[in-house]
Order: sequence, then structure tokens, then C-alpha cells
Amino acid sequence: MASSIAPPAAGATTTPAPLPLKAIAPWALFAGVLMLILLYFVGAEQGATSLLSGSDVHEWLHDGRHLLGFPCH
Amino acid sequence: MNSLTVRALLVRGMLAGLAAGALALLVAYVLGEPRIDAAIAFEEAHSHEHEMEVVSRGLQSTAGLATGVLVYGVALGGIAALAFCFALGRIGRFGARATALLLSGAALVAGYVVPFLKYPANPPSVGDPDTIGKRTALYFLMMLLGLLLAVAATILGRRLAPKLGNWYATVAAVAAFAVAVGLAYAFLPAVNEVPADFSATLLWQFRLSALAVQLVLWAAFGLVFGHLAERVVTARPAAERAEAVSVAS
Repeated sequence: MASSIAPPAAGATTTPAPLPLKAIAPWALFAGVLMLILLYFVGAEQGATSLLSGSDVHEWLHDGRHLLGFPCH
Repeated sequence: MNSLTVRALLVRGMLAGLAAGALALLVAYVLGEPRIDAAIAFEEAHSHEHEMEVVSRGLQSTAGLATGVLVYGVALGGIAALAFCFALGRIGRFGARATALLLSGAALVAGYVVPFLKYPANPPSVGDPDTIGKRTALYFLMMLLGLLLAVAATILGRRLAPKLGNWYATVAAVAAFAVAVGLAYAFLPAVNEVPADFSATLLWQFRLSALAVQLVLWAAFGLVFGHLAERVVTARPAAERAEAVSVAS
């Protein structure tokens, strides 16, 4: 029965209440898409696919792509 | 207004991501750049044609690197903050700081280490330019798979917890995750385009420094964001009052 002893109340913290999904959804949609676009430009633009012509974006982000683990060229 | 809490957490996530990105940038510059330079030296010694530089090496290794790592930090910080909003209070009895650190650890493992072990980071002169499309698709697929499997494992763990208890439910969920990742590794095609005479030491050091960048990024993000999020979450009612006052004034 020793295992059923409750943890000391002094160190106990209350678990935060979950945020309602309705409150998260609009931010997740708006900011989530924006962040993914940023990631796309850092990681893949002018590599595998190009929205912009030329190689300026690729060359500028060259070292970052290699060190962040994205396939670069 | 819980929406204001989400906004507050999102902003803090992006700021924590920027701070973590700054630390990761330091690691990338100190540990990574010497290896990139060495790899470029190898490339130039082995190719006879000289490519025209669009962006100078001096800019690529400083401002270019900083742009990449900082934007990466902000973007991932924002996404992680949104994931945190969802995970808080839903993944077990964890406070804000513990949730933030657990989430960061999961993001590092599922979003970086899992794809890294199959398709590791490569220095310049490793990789055939003709296969960039295939390699990029495989890399992002493996990253997506790692993240989806981590979410699935978390749900599985929560389902098993009432039956097995938290400890064994977590062990079972992690084991299931490992098996699923192993299966993905076995079925996805391998990529090995390292030139035969490329220095093994250099390749190892480059990959370790790429891993160090991520380790520092996520450790720093987890701690900084956890600190900021704790204050938002514990002061939720007070913050909402303050928000109302500042809007009114």
C-alpha cells in the first residue's frame, strides 16, 4: 500500500486548463501558413522548385540550408 | 478571451525562436562554417570549371547564414508555440515549462533527428544536382512522417495510460514510434552521393555540427519559451484584465 501514498502537496502544481480549439484554430491557420511559407523560402525555394527565377535566394541562403540539413544542391 | 492567450503565446514563441536562432547561429558560425569552407575547397580542387559567384562567400557565411538560421528559428518558434497551445493540459499533468521542454524535445527528435538519420545533412560537394528534386521530396516526406508518427504515438500513449499507467503507456508509445520509424527507414529509398574521395572526417564533423545547431536551437527554445509561456499561462486572468485596461485607455 506504500505506493498509494500521494505526492507531497507542497510541490504539487495544478495542470493548466487546455485552451479551447476554437481559440487556437484561427491563429493556427493564419500564422501556421505564414510560418510554413517562411520555412519553404529558407529550405527549398530555388532548390527543388522555384517560384522566383534566378538563383539569388538559393545563393544567399546557401550556408544556412547546408547547416540546417535541407538538401541544397 | 482565450484567443488573446493564444496570440500572446504565438508572439512569445516567435521571440523565443528568434533568441534560440541567435544561439544556433553562433554554433553554426563557429562549428559549421569552417567545415563548409573545407568542403568548398574540396569542391574547387576537384572541378575544372569555375562558377561565377552570385553571392560572395563572405556574405554567404555571415549575413546569408544569419538570415537562414534566424528566419528558421522564428518560423519554427511560431509553429511550436501553436503546437504548445494545443498540447498544454492535453498531454498529461505537465505545467507550461515542462510542456514547452517536452514539446521541444519531441520536435527535435521527430522533426529533425528522424529525417537526419535517414537523409543526413550534407556539406557542399556532396550530392548530385540532378537528384535535388527527389532528395528534397524524400527529406520533407521523412520529416512529415516523423512529426505525424510522433503525434500518433502521443495519442496512443494517452489512450493506453488508463490501462497501463503513465510509465508503461509512455514506454509502449515510444516503442511503437521507434518501430514505425524503423519501418519507414526500411521502405524509403537510400541516398548516398558522397564522392569516393571526400574526407570521412570532414563529413562526420559537418554532420555533427549540423546536429549541434539543432540541439542548441531546440534546447534554447524549450527553456526560453517555457519561461515566457509559464508567465502567460499562470497569469491568464490577470493578463486578460490588463489587456482590457490597455485597450480601454
